[in-house]
Amino acid sequence: MRILAYIGAAVLAQLAAFGRLSIFTAQAVSHLARPPFYWREFVTAVVQIGWFSLPVVGLTAFFTGGALALQIYAGGARFSAEAVVPQIVAIGMVRELGPVLVGLMIAARVTSSIAAEIATMKVTEQIDALVTLSTHPMKYLTLPRVLAATLVMPVLVGIGDIIGIFGGFVVGVERLGFNSSAYLKNTVDFLQVHDITSSLVKGAVFGFVAALMGCYYGMGSDRGAMGVGRATKGSVVAAAVLILAANFALTEAFFST
Amino acid sequence: MITLRDVHKSFGSNHVLAGVNLTVPQGENMVVIGGSGSGKSILIKSILGLVKPDSGQITVGGQDVTTGDRDAFLARFGMLFQGGALFDSLPVWQNVAFRLLRGALKRPRDQARDIAIEKLRRVGLSADVADRLPAELSGGMQKRVSLARAIAAEPEIIFFDEPTTGLDPIMAGVINDLIREIVTEMGATAMTITHDMTSVRAMADRVAMLHGGVIRWTGPIADLDNSGDPHVDQFIHGRAEGPIATLR
Ligand SMILES: Nc1ncnc2c1ncn2[C@@H]1O[C@H](COP(=O)(O)OP(=O)(O)OP(=O)(O)O)[C@@H](O)[C@H]1O
Ligand SMILES: [Mg+2]
Repeated sequence: MRILAYIGAAVLAQLAAFGRLSIFTAQAVSHLARPPFYWREFVTAVVQIGWFSLPVVGLTAFFTGGALALQIYAGGARFSAEAVVPQIVAIGMVRELGPVLVGLMIAARVTSSIAAEIATMKVTEQIDALVTLSTHPMKYLTLPRVLAATLVMPVLVGIGDIIGIFGGFVVGVERLGFNSSAYLKNTVDFLQVHDITSSLVKGAVFGFVAALMGCYYGMGSDRGAMGVGRATKGSVVAAAVLILAANFALTEAFFST
Repeated sequence: MITLRDVHKSFGSNHVLAGVNLTVPQGENMVVIGGSGSGKSILIKSILGLVKPDSGQITVGGQDVTTGDRDAFLARFGMLFQGGALFDSLPVWQNVAFRLLRGALKRPRDQARDIAIEKLRRVGLSADVADRLPAELSGGMQKRVSLARAIAAEPEIIFFDEPTTGLDPIMAGVINDLIREIVTEMGATAMTITHDMTSVRAMADRVAMLHGGVIRWTGPIADLDNSGDPHVDQFIHGRAEGPIATLR
């Protein structure tokens, strides 16, 4: 009986957390329809999330594309299918690795910094100060960041896809002896619009999740430095898990036949 | 006029406010004194709705603070937070002019900046701090920037949470005079929290002492020295012995 009560309490706590998150999400989105919109905060968020993430996105994608090419070559060689490297690299990057890796890097880089910043603002009463200055924290802090991440992430993922394919191309041509124009032709011929759409949609969803988790955990931070630390950790874990879960759901939606 | 009726607020088993009754008359400065941790900051935060009281009623100008348009309500207030609460991503002048750069009171940027610099001057800060970030200022300077922000939009009701804590005696005098001036010249209604008895005497119209979750004593400043309340006497003379325990 004890165990049942224990499980019941845990389930209830999870449901309550889910309810809180849903309300928070609905509130954040609803502010989109209610003026004012803080352009300055939005543009700052676009630069912070988009522009400054380019180096880490580029490096991650490049090395992953290269490693992917090596593995596919090694694996394919066992049943003399080495020739499929360009196609599989393209599909692997665009459909899965591009969006997921960029999403996780954004969770590490952007979610954590949003959560730490907002949590610190909460702890130092800056959020209370915003309220007393007639500025809604959801409008001023959450909406610009969530919207910026949602719009910028497809671009980042697109760039990540291209650089990842390029990483595979460099390894393919330099190390594995592929003909460069044949490699490119195979890649372009094989990819379909559907693959690219799925990649960009995933990017938008992951961007939304990443920024939303940062704001949600930041706003809910406890007092003190420990509170900020907990909020930051919680936000990154939640963003990463939700991104991977959403990725599964989206793959199911786009590619299951 | 601000009225609190039987306001209660607890954090777990810590009953911070246990039935507070208080009236702040229009156009006067009500100074709230009381030991550290007695709930003074919570008291003014509950008037602003930043903390939700568990029970009781708070009215401002006869209107219940939990009803009506919240934006319009908050637009009448200015608040100096105990910790300053400056936005550390914005330069000093944008902090001061925050209300003037967005929302209902929005005006052109250069005009907002001029007002900010004027308000900074009134709290004893020169124009060259305007473009610095809050993190580059000393604690006392941050406090004064925060004070400038609280008064920038010339609100009708202003709360000052320890405006002179951390300031040198001369600067504390400047701030005391400034608050006195804002109340008498602009006709603002104010509540000021302070531990500094010099400040109390320099700027109070009325004094209220918060102790044990209730207002122990309240009255005009002239009556402070013969309040007849041992708690007040112990507090204003800073005695270790008396009804207020020193371990809390
Ligand atoms: N968010 C909170 N959660 C839990 N307890 C709190 C919270 N805020 C304040 N308290 C408690 O409420 C009590 C009153 O706090 P408050 O900040 O109002 O004190 P104060 O009178 O302003 O003290 P000081 O003069 O030191 O600023 C304290 O015991 C504090 O521990
Ligand atoms: Mg306080």
